[in-house]
Amino acid sequence: MGSPMKIRAAVKDGITEVKILMGHAMETGLRKDAAGALVPAWFITEVTAKHQGKVVLEAQFGTAVSKDPYLVFRFKGGAKGEKVSVSWLDNKGDTRSDEVEITEKV
Amino acid sequence: MYTRIILTLALAIPCLAIAGDDKSAEEIAKYREMVSDGNPAELDEMRGEELWKTAAGTKKASLEKCDLGKGAGVVKGVYAELPRYFADTKRVQDLESRLLTCMTTLQGIPEADITSKPFSTNNYKSDIEGLVAYVVGQSKGMKMAVSLKHPKEKEAYEIGKRIFFYRAGPYDFSCATCHSENGRRIRLQDLPNLTTNIGAQRAYTTWPAYRVSQGLFRSFQWRINDCFRQQRFPEPVFGSELTVALTLFLAANANDAVYDGPAIKR
Ligand code: HEC
Repeated sequence: MGSPMKIRAAVKDGITEVKILMGHAMETGLRKDAAGALVPAWFITEVTAKHQGKVVLEAQFGTAVSKDPYLVFRFKGGAKGEKVSVSWLDNKGDTRSDEVEITEKV
Repeated sequence: MYTRIILTLALAIPCLAIAGDDKSAEEIAKYREMVSDGNPAELDEMRGEELWKTAAGTKKASLEKCDLGKGAGVVKGVYAELPRYFADTKRVQDLESRLLTCMTTLQGIPEADITSKPFSTNNYKSDIEGLVAYVVGQSKGMKMAVSLKHPKEKEAYEIGKRIFFYRAGPYDFSCATCHSENGRRIRLQDLPNLTTNIGAQRAYTTWPAYRVSQGLFRSFQWRINDCFRQQRFPEPVFGSELTVALTLFLAANANDAVYDGPAIKR
C-alpha cells in the first residue's frame, strides 16, 4: 500500500478543479545507485479519478513523469460535499486510493 | 461518456539548463512559482502529522504532550518563535533539538537512534524531518517573532553571530565569505546576503524546504549541516548548541517577516 495522496477538490461556477499530489519514487529503471547498480523501474502506470463513483479521468503514466507526481484537472459538475476519489496502480501491482469531499472555491 | 477534461501535468524537472546570467534568477523564480502549487513537502507534512499523533517508543506515547514553546501539544505558530529558551531543559533549543527532547523523554526513543540518521535519503525517510515538516507548516503566514529577552537567548545570538563570521578550515571560509555581499552567486545559485535583514528574512522564512534537485524535504539542521560541508568544516553535531545558536542568529535577523515554509527550492 503506497503512501497517502494529498487531494484537493474545489468547485466554482459549475467546474470542479482537482489537485492531486502523489507520493511515489517513480524510478525510471535507468538510474544507478551509489554502487553503480541499476535501480529497478518502479512507477505509477495508471491513475483513475472518480466523482461520486463515476470515472471522470483516466490517465496512463510512464517513466517520464517525475517523482512525487502532481496532477491537476477540471471536470464539469460537482457540488460541495460530494466525493472525489483517486486511485493509482504501479508496475509492481501496488495501489493506493484516497478520497476527499469537494469544497467551495473562494 | 466523459465530461470535458482539461489536463495539466506539472513535471518537476531536476536540472534546468538556462542560458544567460541575468535571466537565470528570473527563470528560477518562474519555475518556483510553477512548482509551488504542488509542493511535495505537503506529503512530508502529512507524514509528520501522522507521526506526531502516533504512539511510539518504549513509553508508547504520541508527541501530543510535547511542549514546543507555547504549551503542551500546541503546534500552531510555534515555529515562528523558535529557537527559544526552555526552562525545563535550561537551554535554548531550535525545533529539531526540542523534538529530540520530546522524543527521548516522552516517548523513550534512544537519542542515538534519532541523531545517527537525522536526514532523509532516497531510501530512508527520517521521522524527525517528517515531524519538522508538519510543525513548520503550522506557522505558515505568521510573523517571525524570535525573542532575545532571556539572557540565554541573547547569549545564543552572540554565539551565533561569532560562528557566522568565524573563519577557519582549509579555505579559511566563514559563513560570511559566501553570504555577506549582495549579488553574489555560485554557479547559477544566488547567494543570499544573510547579514542584511531582507536577506536573512528571504532565506529563513523559506526554510525548511523541498529540494527539487534532491527530491527530498530538508530541515534547517540539514541546511546548516550542508553549508558546513561547503565551508569545509567538520560535520556539526545534530541539534548541538552551535547549530542552535547559528539558527537563532538567522531567525532573529528574520524577525517581522512572514514565515512562508515549507517552501520549494531548486
Ligand atoms: C562556500 C560557500 C558557502 C559557505 C561558506 C556557506 N554557504 Fe550557505 N549556501 C551556499 C550555497 C551555494 C547556497 C545555496 C544553495 C542552493 O541554492 O542550492 C547556500 C544556502 C544557504 C542558506 C539558504 C538560503 C536560501 O535562500 O535558500 C542558508 C540559510 C545558508 N546557506 C546559511 C549558511 C550558514 C549559516 C553558513 C555558515 C555555517 C553558510 N551558509 C556557509 C554556500 C555557502
